[in-house]
Amino acid sequence: MQTLTQRLANPTRFMELSRRILPWISGLAALTLASGLYLAFFVAPPDYQQGETVKIMFIHVPAAWLSMMGYLIIAVSSFGLLVFRHPLADVSAKAAAPIGAAFTFLALVTGSLWGKPMWGAYWVWDARLTSVLILFFLYIGQIALRSALDEDPALAGKLTAVLGLVGVVILPVIRFSVDWWNTLHQPASVLRVGGPAIHPSILVPLLVMAVGFTLLFFAMHLKAMRNEILRRRVRSLTMAEVERAARFEVRTAE
Amino acid sequence: MTSIWALIKRDLLLAARDGGATGTALGFYLIVIALMPLGLGPDMQLLSRIAPGVLWIGLLLAALLSLGRMFDTDQDEGVLEALATGPLPLELVAAAKALAHWISSCVPLAILAPVLGLLLNLDLAAYPILVGTVLVGSPAISFLGCVGAALTLRSRRGGLLIALLVLPLYIPTLIFGISAISAVVTPPGSLEASLLLLSAVTIASLVIGPIAAAAALRAQLG
Repeated sequence: MQTLTQRLANPTRFMELSRRILPWISGLAALTLASGLYLAFFVAPPDYQQGETVKIMFIHVPAAWLSMMGYLIIAVSSFGLLVFRHPLADVSAKAAAPIGAAFTFLALVTGSLWGKPMWGAYWVWDARLTSVLILFFLYIGQIALRSALDEDPALAGKLTAVLGLVGVVILPVIRFSVDWWNTLHQPASVLRVGGPAIHPSILVPLLVMAVGFTLLFFAMHLKAMRNEILRRRVRSLTMAEVERAARFEVRTAE
Repeated sequence: MTSIWALIKRDLLLAARDGGATGTALGFYLIVIALMPLGLGPDMQLLSRIAPGVLWIGLLLAALLSLGRMFDTDQDEGVLEALATGPLPLELVAAAKALAHWISSCVPLAILAPVLGLLLNLDLAAYPILVGTVLVGSPAISFLGCVGAALTLRSRRGGLLIALLVLPLYIPTLIFGISAISAVVTPPGSLEASLLLLSAVTIASLVIGPIAAAAALRAQLG
């Protein structure tokens, strides 16, 4: 009995499955995001203190969640590559890095746009902002290390996986140290003991947006993985073609 | 055990006879600290307030300089392959090299730090604790740094890349190191808690660093 991950180890099977799933995920993402944006902009009431700026949060919070989920995907994929040598793990880690970095960047930008009217500055060295910035640096490190080794993709995959695992081990320590260093940001208010502290009129659109963003992430991730697999196939086909041509040349020379 | 000592002794001898690494790091540290007042103005009160942070950041950067050479020359001369086939597991090889880096780079920098503290008008009460925190915290620089050195062994622009990969990992060490000094200079603040957390980070890096570095080396040698 094969598990799902084992069956997906065959890239052809993965391509087949993802080809069928991808339109559904993309469509669902578009629908959820459209309804989420409608709820956020036309239904959700403005905050009594923050006014309309509270609506930035409908983009900001899901982006921040996904910035963490993206790194989690990288870490799990890295583990899958180093421990189980799963052939798709490297593809998944490589595809997730730029997407996760983009969501982290989005969280930082929307956060600073929200911070200007609320805190009076675009950037404040508060603990949560800082740890998201550090997460962004870790993404940049992933991308940079991979691109520095682009002549040997297999090695680049393994080394990036080592970096990803070290990062995920140190990340909680960094989070804790930054919290120790400074705290200004509001504490977590959705996932906490005793239920959410947000009024349903704002919570519902927020959750719809979060689901939409997550679907969008997976749609992009799947598409990027498909592209990467195709790119590798083209690469190995080109290599085979070059080798064939070289052998032909040797034969004609003889 | 003897082979670990032999390896550490060899690395230290190379560092001492070659002479470049330690001297360059010390000179770099001096210059960076000397540039600070030039950039920020000669306000003694301001300098004494930011001295702990500046001293720590300068030390991180100075120690970073010599990280790239940890495995580089051994790779070029084929020593690394010999070590990999030897009886010592690669984890211990990485640990020995990180320890040698700590002794040859971080300890001299820690000794220089109080002298540079004079330049920045650091409070006299902070001197012992400055050296103490640097000695307790800086093994993390070498042991997490050896991961960066191992990861960038084969990449073309290793020197810059290593900073990008490793500096985010140094943040806990930096924060707890500075908070320990600030606890003495500007109370309130708990010196003991900061020192304990700093040593916890160091101990964790003693374990994580060599394991990850060995994994990275194996991927490149195998």
